[in-house]
Amino acid sequence: MDYQELSAREIARRVRGGESSAVEVTEALLEHVERVDGAPGSLDFESGQVESGRVHAFITRTPERALDQARRVDEKIAAGEDPGALAGVPFTVKDIFCVEGTPSTAASRILANFIAPYTATPVARMESAGGVMIGKVNLDEFTYGSSSESSAFQPSPRNPWDTDRVPGGSSGGSAAAVAAYEGPLSLGTDTAGSIRQPAAFCGVVGLKPTYGRVSRYGLIAFGSSLDCPGPLSRDVADAALMMNAIAGPDSRDATTAVVDVPDYLQDLEAGVRGLRIGLSPEYFRVTYIDGQTGEPVENPIEKEISRATLEAAELLAGMGAEIVENVPMPHTRFGIPTYFVISRVEAASNLHRYDGVKYGFRAPELHEDLDSMYRRSRAAGFGTQPKLRMLMGMYVSAAQYSEQYYLRALKVRSLIRQDFDSAFDTDGPHRLDALLTPSTPSTAFPVGDVYGNSVLMQYSDQLNVPANHAGTPGLSLPAGLDLDGLPIGIQLLGPDFSEHRLLQIGKAYEMASADHDWRSRRPAALAGS
Amino acid sequence: MKEEINAELFDHLVGLAALALSQEEAEYLRRELNNQLAAIHTLESIPLPEGIEPAARGVPYPPERSQPLREDVVEGCEQVAEILAQAPEFEDGYIVVPEIPHEDL
Repeated sequence: MDYQELSAREIARRVRGGESSAVEVTEALLEHVERVDGAPGSLDFESGQVESGRVHAFITRTPERALDQARRVDEKIAAGEDPGALAGVPFTVKDIFCVEGTPSTAASRILANFIAPYTATPVARMESAGGVMIGKVNLDEFTYGSSSESSAFQPSPRNPWDTDRVPGGSSGGSAAAVAAYEGPLSLGTDTAGSIRQPAAFCGVVGLKPTYGRVSRYGLIAFGSSLDCPGPLSRDVADAALMMNAIAGPDSRDATTAVVDVPDYLQDLEAGVRGLRIGLSPEYFRVTYIDGQTGEPVENPIEKEISRATLEAAELLAGMGAEIVENVPMPHTRFGIPTYFVISRVEAASNLHRYDGVKYGFRAPELHEDLDSMYRRSRAAGFGTQPKLRMLMGMYVSAAQYSEQYYLRALKVRSLIRQDFDSAFDTDGPHRLDALLTPSTPSTAFPVGDVYGNSVLMQYSDQLNVPANHAGTPGLSLPAGLDLDGLPIGIQLLGPDFSEHRLLQIGKAYEMASADHDWRSRRPAALAGS
Repeated sequence: MKEEINAELFDHLVGLAALALSQEEAEYLRRELNNQLAAIHTLESIPLPEGIEPAARGVPYPPERSQPLREDVVEGCEQVAEILAQAPEFEDGYIVVPEIPHEDL
């Protein structure tokens, strides 16, 4: 049976009901991965090894671990015990999470030989709910990028809809795997759009939860005040199912919030009648700095993406939502410059621990002293993007510059938060339940087109990053295909801890567009599988 | 475009970051830093309201949402050997590093 075609809910239903065994589901998924994925990412890759039409989502496949877990699920069922809500559901994990006994690389040479001695909380929760991890998927090195091309493990993942294009990033392996039916769920992280942007590029659902909703314990840190683990899935209900497993406070992450977790599947089909959904002009254009002149340039986002967003608004209005136009979000365009400061300071701090002493890569030369060992190990262990982030972080937080840069960025972050507070204020002029925006300014770009231009690459997250500064949740939904057949994503942004509401709106949109032609189209990488 | 980070300042940052760079890598990184700074400078065009506080995070943490403090108890670790085995050089219960720079008194 083609188990890869089934939703996570359907797999769990069958496994829990004894119609299918977790082992047969797992075996079917592992075989499907063999057919579509091609060679996993590796440090000694040579460019001739890219296999045309293959997804290359994985760094490490974990078939033995998966089959052991599947057998445990089947044993529980045989013993009459509850195997959990994700019983037998195969999933992948972005290789930025520690999973006990597996290489946990962050897609970096400096951690290539690191075997995690413990398991990250969200992964542990999925496994204790009966989920079956089939492998760890590729990403930008330490999550630093928006295309997954900066991975030290090449080939980097490809977009299943057109394997000459990037899947987005940094959770590119997660989005590509889900789009190519290599497991219905993937655990990603979003620091500036790293779940939502690749979800949009690959035509899947991606949810960045509220900061503090999902534990970061076991997540290899990038921007500690911005990082959010969350689900990628093929449909909204599967994202809700996964949130049920991973959300909630964790004594091992003091930043997780003590806020009740609703059942995200309950009332998922509550509809949108009476909800106020906003549109903001600031989310229909991008402002960026021209690399040659240093001058700001303003461009509208791609027409087909605007059109898909406005069509979604009409569909939601048709289902009883009230559309509120011209909601001002005046600091949207400062999200990226603010991020260039804050995330770099946090990254530099977080990267200082990699020193070739206790674990990870140490340069093999004979070192005259400790200092030269540090320098050589970090020089050879880190790729270009981590180095760029460290250097910027060092500069903008240096004592003589921090007031001009870092402190100012933190104040602008308050202003960005105020944009959201004002839009969602229940006594304010807009009183929104959610803001509807495009997920990205463009659809997936060709491999090699943007990589190397660190400013332009960062700006592909412009519509996502404000929610990271604000800490608020965001949901990206597939909303059609452009003329090149590439997926378009739309985004719903809501107030703190409103994931259930965003999922309800997403589900309503999914139902309203269920008969649209594009929903029957499948990624090219699945042809022949 | 203004070259805010000149070669000398750049070398200082490389030292702070405990890195060593090839010429080619250094040129690329310095150019990208200066390009990113051009974007960062757009923040100066925002009038900051009087009394605006810096935000270290987005979501507020009132006491009722914050995790209670827990007892400070020692929890054992079962994987000491596996963890130590990851040290690049390990001998007789010690992690081994090259000579630590020092001055003889």
